[in-house]
Amino acid sequence: MKLGLVIDLDTCVGCHGCATACKQWNTSGTIGPLADKDPYGREPVGSWLNRIRSYEVDDSPNSKTVHMPMSCMHCDDADCVTVCPTGASYKREEDGIVLVDQDKCMGCNLCSWACPYGARELDPEEGTMKKCTLCVDRIYDEKLPEAERQPACVLTCPTRSRVFGDFDDPESEVSKLVRERAGKALMPELGYNPVNTYLPPRNKPVQDQIDTASLKDTVKGWVNKMIAR
Amino acid sequence: MHPAFSVLTFTVMSGAGYGLAALLILGHLSGINGLQDTNVLLTSGILALALITLGLLCSMGHLANPKNAWRAFNRFKTSWLSREGVFAVLFYPFFLIYLLGVWTQGAEINGFISIIGLLAALIAVVTLFCTSMIYASLKTIRQWNSSLTPLNYIVLGLMSGSIVLAAIQSSLTGSASSILYQLATALLILGAIAKVIYLFWIGKPAGSTINTATGFTQASVRLLDQGHTSNGFLNNEFGYTVEANKIICLRVLMLVLAFLIPFFLILSGSSTLTIIAALLTVSGLLVERWLFFAEARHVVRLFHGDQRT
Ligand code: SF4
Ligand code: SF4
Repeated sequence: MKLGLVIDLDTCVGCHGCATACKQWNTSGTIGPLADKDPYGREPVGSWLNRIRSYEVDDSPNSKTVHMPMSCMHCDDADCVTVCPTGASYKREEDGIVLVDQDKCMGCNLCSWACPYGARELDPEEGTMKKCTLCVDRIYDEKLPEAERQPACVLTCPTRSRVFGDFDDPESEVSKLVRERAGKALMPELGYNPVNTYLPPRNKPVQDQIDTASLKDTVKGWVNKMIAR
Repeated sequence: MHPAFSVLTFTVMSGAGYGLAALLILGHLSGINGLQDTNVLLTSGILALALITLGLLCSMGHLANPKNAWRAFNRFKTSWLSREGVFAVLFYPFFLIYLLGVWTQGAEINGFISIIGLLAALIAVVTLFCTSMIYASLKTIRQWNSSLTPLNYIVLGLMSGSIVLAAIQSSLTGSASSILYQLATALLILGAIAKVIYLFWIGKPAGSTINTATGFTQASVRLLDQGHTSNGFLNNEFGYTVEANKIICLRVLMLVLAFLIPFFLILSGSSTLTIIAALLTVSGLLVERWLFFAEARHVVRLFHGDQRT
């Protein structure tokens, strides 16, 4: 199994719902708490496992706003695991999830340096490394109804822009989406082979610039000009 | 990259210490005249130990959760940081037995102690190499991901060690050993060349861009919003930026402090001036290490709006 997420950049509206749901679930999950320092002060710093950034792609009139949620990609070739000296960081054989054993981490930061996607953040209070667990404490929980055995971010997304599944199964929804929508990996040139895949925005025709000047406005403009003289 | 003071002092001090230890042993065993003196050997040996130990203690200051530091020897197979830790610890028994041998037998040590000494010198260089590979192995930082990084660390470690050794030898015996001075001069020239090559090399644009980072390779990409109202871990760790003028000033300062002035001071052959040269080189290397971090641009910066690394 190769578990991971597909994220649809066409429909994501950048609401930060996934990040909030993630923080809520994981702060009391297996790696929790996800501490914040000075949360109500001037310069709050906290550990989040998911961050959403917004970009403007291309130039007007073709420009488009793209919201890009990013969490751990559970890379196939994850250097964050090989650089870790303590053995705290590991990748699970059975499903490919990359985790940090909080009892072993010494907070040296090296794994965060080795990660190209900014997926690891040091907990400012605990001094250990925190990262996305793909909600490993949800997806296998047989006490939950089957439909809820999904990562918190996926369940909460109001536009259903996040899909969770097995990339090794060619018939899974994630594999189909990647095929049909030409899913992309970020920064493939570094060779980490990230599992999470991004669906690019669909090409939509460029809207014509509407000429708003009606007859009434033209007359009004002309009169104003005359009076101003 | 944010230049953490603990890491700067660690790499500079332990670099000088391992360089000093390696040259001391090799010089002694190969029969260099100035190094057949128990006093010189023991003083330099103890100084090397002090530098290395202080350096390692500083490096512990960098850990956010030091109570788990003992686990760092676990992943010798894959992690350069783990290897560095193992070799750093392994160095102690070998070097201590060698020093004990010198203490009890004087400069004429027996074959067994010589072999232990040789191994200690080898481990010292291997430890320097492991330290440099921690940085050189990171594909995420193109300014580090190069064979120039280990070259710089090893040459600069040996270089600072050789100046310290020349300083100790000349002040303790009163007559400067010409071979040690020639060695220090040669290493200074080599170090300066290695550093200048590195500075030219990182100046060339290369590597990932905001386009490969976001996947939009056929259009321009601009950051609109980082998505948070105050800086987080990623900003603090990777967002460190210095103005170009300051970088240039510091580069000049580094080249003058670490290489140029020490070069002329050593040419004089006076022991007092050589001590000053050693102190200047170490402070120049602190600037060098600061720049090594400050000029390194991690690819995460692309997600925060940088167009290229
Ligand atoms: S995204 Fe970063 S933290 Fe996650 S597996 Fe890849 S390298 Fe490791
Ligand atoms: S911060 Fe923790 S998980 Fe990361 S490399 Fe260091 S010990 Fe391993």
